[in-house]
Amino acid sequence: MINPTVTETAAPAAEIPLAFKPKKGGYIPKGLTLLSVIIITVILAVILYNIVFGGIGIISVDFLTHPPEQGMEAGGIFPAIFGTVALVILMTIAVVPIGVLTAIYLQEFTSPDSRITRLIRLAINNLAGVPSIVFGLFGLGFFIGFVGRGMDLLFTDGSGPVWAQPAIIWASLTLAVLTLPVVIVATEEALRTIPPEIKDASYALGATKLQTIIRVILPQATPGILTGAILAVSRGAGEVAPIMFTGAAYYLPYLPGKLNDQFMELGYHIYVMATQSPDVEKTKPILYGTVLVLLVLTFMLNFLAVILRSKIRSKRVNA
Amino acid sequence: MDKLQFKPKSRWREFIGEKFIALSALSALVAIFLIFAFIFKESIPIFTDPDIKEEASVDKMVFKQEFYEGREAKWSWQPNSEVPKYSLLPLFIGTIKAALIAMLFAVPLGVGAAVYSAEFASRRMREFIKPIIELLAGIPSVVLGFLALIVLATFLQKTFGFVFRLNTINAGIALGLAVIPIVFTVAEDAMTSVPKSLRDAALALGANPWQVSMTVVLPAALPGIAAGIVLGFGRAIGETMIVLMASGNAAIISASFTDSIRTISATIAAELAEVVFGSAHYSVLFFLGTLLFVFTFFINLGGDYILGRLKIKFQGRMK
Repeated sequence: MINPTVTETAAPAAEIPLAFKPKKGGYIPKGLTLLSVIIITVILAVILYNIVFGGIGIISVDFLTHPPEQGMEAGGIFPAIFGTVALVILMTIAVVPIGVLTAIYLQEFTSPDSRITRLIRLAINNLAGVPSIVFGLFGLGFFIGFVGRGMDLLFTDGSGPVWAQPAIIWASLTLAVLTLPVVIVATEEALRTIPPEIKDASYALGATKLQTIIRVILPQATPGILTGAILAVSRGAGEVAPIMFTGAAYYLPYLPGKLNDQFMELGYHIYVMATQSPDVEKTKPILYGTVLVLLVLTFMLNFLAVILRSKIRSKRVNA
Repeated sequence: MDKLQFKPKSRWREFIGEKFIALSALSALVAIFLIFAFIFKESIPIFTDPDIKEEASVDKMVFKQEFYEGREAKWSWQPNSEVPKYSLLPLFIGTIKAALIAMLFAVPLGVGAAVYSAEFASRRMREFIKPIIELLAGIPSVVLGFLALIVLATFLQKTFGFVFRLNTINAGIALGLAVIPIVFTVAEDAMTSVPKSLRDAALALGANPWQVSMTVVLPAALPGIAAGIVLGFGRAIGETMIVLMASGNAAIISASFTDSIRTISATIAAELAEVVFGSAHYSVLFFLGTLLFVFTFFINLGGDYILGRLKIKFQGRMK
């Protein structure tokens, strides 16, 4: 026998006092928190049900392609759809390049702990938390009152305001500032998923940093940039407070054709019809229809962004 | 002989490209600075211009005023009356009251759902909860305002017999719906980033899963949950469209939550469109915007600080 003492002297392990008394249950916290989830879900379901069934009846090709009639109590919402699309396109053109360049700088040029990175990150986080009405004031004070007036002084004969007035260009630039954090955050996430080997390979082939960014990093980050742009559009399309004083109009008999035209917009149209209409009961169907269109637009965009993002994330897992 | 894939380009191009990117990266920083500068700039006349000071000095905005001779001194917001009245107190009270109801509604639901999602939910359940919250976050605030104005207000009045259809509770609940996603996201993030070592240690000491949640994870993540609540409060203070449409917009001082209210943000939104450029009223509205900006700025700074500390704490403990 080899070493028989081991089994003989092995005493039963002493009872270790447990820090936690074994308890059954946990049903109460689990139940209560589950109740929160259920309440939120029910509220969301009621909201969606209300809007979908309130608005679906009026949606038709005519509704989507005709202007409002009889003081918005009849007709469609085409100018508001057109204005919203034009607004977010201009906004995207302004915000995406700057947002992407900022993200590239933060990810490729500086260490995450450097003072300038931390300062920029602080600014981004804070920008995301600025109330939307403050953006409206900013758009009025800066874009219209300062930039617009400056352009009028420089380029016009001073016969009347050309640029120093509410216009689609100022509204879209205001929204661009508002959505900047969205684009930066989404692009950064995409940049982080690019394997360093790809960049190393590019440098090994003799590429400079700029060449690597343009030809290697940007193409790799395109889905992420697209996600950011879509999320920004979805956010921008739903904002009303920033455009109230910077360019949106109650009603316009024409579509915006120049950068300094005013425009109609879905969210603002909802606000106007819901609060300024002399007979809300009469405008209600159109109102619900407009809400449904806006909601479908923003949800579709969000959905698209979620799909794109999950694709990027699964790529990172596989890599 | 192997050829380089990239031709070395001029250093100048490289230099300019990099500087351009670095410059763009300052955009968020510049934006924050410009927002403050231009909103504050428009409110400066309150402190300097003698004519405007006559009408609306800081003194008059803060203290009780005897607006009509022989009548009782009081706080009153009536900028368009024959004797313009600019007391900010009614607006502050309205803002706080709405935010209070919103938080009472949103914190239990948001934190509860976050606890459930992070601690009790199965993977599948979590994949159901997250999109629910994202959908809720994706609803534009003008749509929430519309629903509160048309549907919720009628429902609440019928159920509870409120004298005023549009009141604090109505606006507060709708506001709460906008706050829930923020509270949920930040709180859930804090709980899921609690290091696994902490959980394992508690499990080894004999705790069952819900004891781990309640006695280890929750206390560790408490600062993060608090940060979520703080950031949610910031949103509730600054949100505009919901309160503008659902609160009744009556600037009255009252402790009752069934009275109408007028918030700071809604006041700016409702009055800026009709105000005379450069008048006392104009400056006061920008001053309100400045207050809103400064307040949310520090709220965000505080929330960020807490989350940053928590991240360092968790990551420091991990290895």
